[in-house]
Amino acid sequence: MSVDINKIAKQFMEALPHARALGMRLRHMGEGMAEIEMDYDERFVGDPETGVIHGGAVSALMDTCCGAAAMSHPSSPGGTATIDLRIDYMRPATPGQKIRAHAECYHITRSVAFVRARAMDDDDARPVATATGTFTVEGK
Amino acid sequence: MARPRPEPVQVVKQRRDAALKALVDGVPYIRFLGVQFDRRGDELTAIMPFQDKLIGNPLLPALHGGATAAFLEITAIIGLSWGTLWEEIERGAFDAETLVGGDLPRLPKTIDFTVDYLRSGLPRDAYARAQINRSGRRYASVHVEAWQDNRGRPFAQATGHFLMPRRDG
Repeated sequence: MSVDINKIAKQFMEALPHARALGMRLRHMGEGMAEIEMDYDERFVGDPETGVIHGGAVSALMDTCCGAAAMSHPSSPGGTATIDLRIDYMRPATPGQKIRAHAECYHITRSVAFVRARAMDDDDARPVATATGTFTVEGK
Repeated sequence: MARPRPEPVQVVKQRRDAALKALVDGVPYIRFLGVQFDRRGDELTAIMPFQDKLIGNPLLPALHGGATAAFLEITAIIGLSWGTLWEEIERGAFDAETLVGGDLPRLPKTIDFTVDYLRSGLPRDAYARAQINRSGRRYASVHVEAWQDNRGRPFAQATGHFLMPRRDG
């Protein structure tokens, strides 16, 4: 498959105004996996005292990344919507560092895609947050 | 026994509104999403006015699940903080002036947050209210519901657990 990943990535992100507003960049998408990163931005801070990014911005990143993973699964006809998403916040993301989410669609039926994800800052070994979610499986 | 004369209503209102405004304005991400709070007594309703940048699916169009999740989480955190702050302000333990001066109370930290997407969010204003089901010294459990045109048809709901800030002294 020699589809230009940069072109797909660009189109995917540009189609999502909220993802664009948060400056998300798609690094990888295919075979039920996706990786998206988001730069640190002072406008996204949730705790003014510590400068830590708001959980809601991390949720948006996780949701986008999980949706991308579900859509990219070989058995998915293309469209998806979130049914439910749970996020566990393990530690505050280090202020100033970008956040990278990696999602995997580990099971898919005709109607439901099951996805899990991890979010990391520069410290790869200790995730900032993990997520598990279910997504609808829809035609484009 | 002579009861002290109640304060004029404007003074009480002004103090409460100033405290709420300081709490909300202190968080950059709340400003980024444009979320506002409407206060009636101690009850808060969060409002997220529609903006194009909140869209996730331009074909429908529908609100981004992440914008909805953030809106619910903001409602939960402000609801929790406001609950404690309200008591302190009313007891006279917390001076609203200090708050307005930028000395904000520490915010609860999210432990986990689960969102149910009940129907797609329309390109309209959204509203949400938090219900605090438990608020202990260390942990709190909060349920949030968000709706748009019709209060009886929520488009999303969430439950989250929060670590309460330590209150020493």
